[in-house]
Amino acid sequence: MNAVGDFTPSRLRERARRVAAVAARHADAVDRDGRFPREAVEAMKAERLLGAMIPEDLGGEGAGLAAVADTCTVLGQACSASAMVFAMHQIKVSSLVEHGLDSPWHRGALERIAADQLLIASATTEGGIGGNMRNSICAVERTGDRFTLEKQATVISYGDDADGIMVTARANGEAPTTDQVMAVFFKGDYTLERTSTWDTLGMRGTCSNGYVFRGAAPVAQIIPKPFAEIAAQSMLAYAHILWSALWFGIATDAVNRARAFVRAEARKTPQTTPPGALRLAEATATLNSIRSTVLAAMERFEAAKADPDALSSVSFAVDINMVKVETSERILDVIDRCLLVCGILGYKNGTPYSLGRHLRDAHSARLMVSNERILGNTANLLLVQRQDVGLFG
Amino acid sequence: MSADIRTLLASHGGLPVDVATLADDADLYGAGLSSFASVQLMLALEDTFEIEFPDRMLNRRTFASIRSITDAVTELVAEREAAA
Repeated sequence: MNAVGDFTPSRLRERARRVAAVAARHADAVDRDGRFPREAVEAMKAERLLGAMIPEDLGGEGAGLAAVADTCTVLGQACSASAMVFAMHQIKVSSLVEHGLDSPWHRGALERIAADQLLIASATTEGGIGGNMRNSICAVERTGDRFTLEKQATVISYGDDADGIMVTARANGEAPTTDQVMAVFFKGDYTLERTSTWDTLGMRGTCSNGYVFRGAAPVAQIIPKPFAEIAAQSMLAYAHILWSALWFGIATDAVNRARAFVRAEARKTPQTTPPGALRLAEATATLNSIRSTVLAAMERFEAAKADPDALSSVSFAVDINMVKVETSERILDVIDRCLLVCGILGYKNGTPYSLGRHLRDAHSARLMVSNERILGNTANLLLVQRQDVGLFG
Repeated sequence: MSADIRTLLASHGGLPVDVATLADDADLYGAGLSSFASVQLMLALEDTFEIEFPDRMLNRRTFASIRSITDAVTELVAEREAAA
């Protein structure tokens, strides 16, 4: 037991390393071809990592946030897209674990995910809502004990390769746009009609195409809690922490490449400190502060978890939003400095010091859930927040 | 006080429904109260009642219904008057 829970790094670490080795082998091809990282995801399934967070009595291993975040960091050093697919899946599972355990159908869903190592995707973005996932236009249409749902989903990451999708919608046809629920669909419950193709600067392997989602299922598949509570009490925290952990992984690999470059230089010219070494030191300082930010956020979340009021408080929302904004900005500083260290060999593809993929993947961080939007929401919250003056809050 | 709170909710809550149709214990989030609007409402309440919401009250539950808002404001007004 340490400050961030019952975290023993070795619990998932060895398996994460084996998956990372597979992911690293295919990372350049996944990036170049903009294809799903199927080898890495197969390895995650073979290592039974997709059910890691699911409670033991439902066939998982009850791994906590810290162990999963650590896995994201390990995978992020190998292949950003594989790490992002893993993180997004775990964020979906976390919503079921945190909010679905009182519902017999959702307990069964977790058992299926663990037993069959099912990959779960997310459809929270919709055309016409201006990127704000806390609004929906589409609505659940109930008929008896079944419902249908059609959504213009502008993005469903790895939608084609997922075994299930969790979809947000208005609770009913009359509900305001903010009164949302989240429903779980397994393959067979839905169809996807592709409307756009994911051809992007980076994070190309997440295959975040747009689709028209059409689903039909028993009403029992709707999580019996408002989506607003799911988002505020667990989803945002899991998302921001797991993303930050994998972004930290991308930046860590960049620093490792820069360090290898400086070491090679130092060997060539003994008795002198290579010029790039100073930039490496700066990059390391920033990298360390990113790590501290992620660890502090995990600790903050674990401490708040016991109290639903703390989880839905303004100060928690502010803190957890700032983690995402801060880490997504700072990884760019780190990788940019590493590029200065490695010079033209970092700029070129196909060298041991190449940083193009890292830089392109890292640029997604500020944009996927726009920092501008998060800062805007946070600025509104700051109008009423009272800052505690002590170092320990 | 409840009438004042209803007036402020109508002007700052941005609700798509008429506040008069809402019961005191109706779920305001279900009625369409957004996070943005709840902050605007909070500022208006602070101004009108000369109170400050402490950190412990800045959560979702405080603004869940007209009754919960009334309870919070009542408590803070009583604290202010006791301190005066």
